[in-house]
Amino acid sequence: MKSDRIKFLVFALVVLLIPLPLSGGYLTNVLIFVGINSVLALGLNLLLGYAGQISLGQAAFFGLGAYGSGVLTTAYGLNPWLAMVVVALCVAAFAFAIGFPVLRLKGHYLAMATLGVGIIVNIAFNETVDLTGGPSGLSGIPNLQIGGLTFDSDLKNYYLVWVFALGMILLSLNLVNSRFGRGLRAIHDSEVAARVMGVNARLMKVQVFTLSAFMSAIMGSLYCHVMTFISPNSFGFHFSVELLTMIVIGGLGSVYGSILGALLLTLLPEMLRSFQDFDIIVYGLLLITMTIYLPGGLVEGIPALFRRLVPARKVAEGSDA
Amino acid sequence: MELLNQVTQFVISGLATGSIYALIGLSFAIIFNSTGIINFAQGEFVMLGGVLAIFSLNVLHLPLVVAIAVAVAVTTIIGLVFERLAIRPLKNATPLMLIIITIGASILIRGLVMLLWGKDTQALPAFSGTDPISIAGATLLPQHLWIFGVTVLVIVGCRLFFNHTISGKAMRACSFNRRAANLVGISVGRMVLFSFVISAAVGSLAGVIIAPLTMTAYDVGVMLGLKGFCAAIMGGMGSGLGTVLGGLILGTLESLGAGLISSGYKDAIAFFILLLILFIRPQGLFKKGETERV
Repeated sequence: MKSDRIKFLVFALVVLLIPLPLSGGYLTNVLIFVGINSVLALGLNLLLGYAGQISLGQAAFFGLGAYGSGVLTTAYGLNPWLAMVVVALCVAAFAFAIGFPVLRLKGHYLAMATLGVGIIVNIAFNETVDLTGGPSGLSGIPNLQIGGLTFDSDLKNYYLVWVFALGMILLSLNLVNSRFGRGLRAIHDSEVAARVMGVNARLMKVQVFTLSAFMSAIMGSLYCHVMTFISPNSFGFHFSVELLTMIVIGGLGSVYGSILGALLLTLLPEMLRSFQDFDIIVYGLLLITMTIYLPGGLVEGIPALFRRLVPARKVAEGSDA
Repeated sequence: MELLNQVTQFVISGLATGSIYALIGLSFAIIFNSTGIINFAQGEFVMLGGVLAIFSLNVLHLPLVVAIAVAVAVTTIIGLVFERLAIRPLKNATPLMLIIITIGASILIRGLVMLLWGKDTQALPAFSGTDPISIAGATLLPQHLWIFGVTVLVIVGCRLFFNHTISGKAMRACSFNRRAANLVGISVGRMVLFSFVISAAVGSLAGVIIAPLTMTAYDVGVMLGLKGFCAAIMGGMGSGLGTVLGGLILGTLESLGAGLISSGYKDAIAFFILLLILFIRPQGLFKKGETERV
């Protein structure tokens, strides 16, 4: 427990110090998205990696957060912070309501149902032109403000996003080590056994679904204020799959795995920029090869590889002598 | 009268796209029944059928019939390779892993097609002209007839295959009980491979025959695949009449909804139906609940 706390403190320190030498350049901008994607991936990981319930519509909750905040602040002039709270609560309530019928389904059927929800929401973003601007997007969203401080530079936004992200990461770390987290893992291993042991599996699945939607919605609100422009393309099926790829690469059922996956998959397209559309192929290949050869993701794979290499060298030395 | 004509028109075009959904649904069911896998890359096989046919026709300058044959053959081979490379290496895979792998395959195929042939939407020429035939105040395109004809042929063909050939019976045996099938000497692995091959062939054929009617491009597979899945769910994942009816109902409802309510929400209607069915009757519209008596 104590080492976990130290780990988190070191991580937080690194996160807070990183932008100092960068002083707000292009890389800082990329790292803002690492923060946002980390929390989105983490939300999905709580659901999929811990409770074993797949969702292919995660981008929808992110989109609802972004559009909710965007519309409330531009069209109705609501205070952005108030809008964020209202929207996050509404999205959570929505997730809670659809969670009961959706999470009764299992495996492939659950995947298809969440995918269906995601696509319907995305179509709604495109079709409600009066409200959302339709396919051409919604622009002119104000930056967030606190006191006299306006979050209008990359550096300020970096700290804004990461303070939220660190809070949610800490929350998740505590959550997965709690009674609730153990319940989730029990459901993952065997729902029937978990029920027999007195875990209210159905309610718990809906709760974690709601929590992941809530986290995604908050990040959606932040995203819209950071970008000041949003369009339906950012919240489609493709992004849901990207989030899935992040946690598969990082490691299912690992908080830091989500962050690692988000970091890699957010940097990757930037590095592959010169190859343009190659990134989609890379996602596909990564998903297949990681699932077949490294189902534990990198957070398990790297230590395992290390362990395999180290004794191997010892054996080699032994044979020399 | 005007409205009636319109409705007839919507129903006709709805039944045509519905036939396509039925074929795709069938291709889902073939794999599901012998393996228990829902192949999320199924829509990509459909897309490949259309895209490869256009490529063979326009770039390789093959005659239409040969182009279609090439498209179906190449997609079938891709189905075979897919099973060998992505499905077979997995031993004791959980449904979760299978979902992730087939999704990975689907974006891989989509990405490769996009790189090789670009993002343009293209259409295949109609198989036998575009002179409309008018029926009861509505018009029927010759391509509609092709779609109905091919759908009927494929469904009858599948039925004969599964009920009257040794391989077909063996595949059905696998779907009932893999272990028992193995015990009586059926190679389950080979049957799984077969099911992917047949499924890719049926899916690509659906993609080819719809390509003249609706344009095709690298990204049409997602929607077509999902709607085919919806049809299969309506039919209770059986490979028979239920899926066909499911596809036809879905196509008609979608076409009526698009025509009478709003075309923008066309796809949303299909997913709304999918969700309703998953919530209310996940065993399918036409199946009685599983009853087991000792």
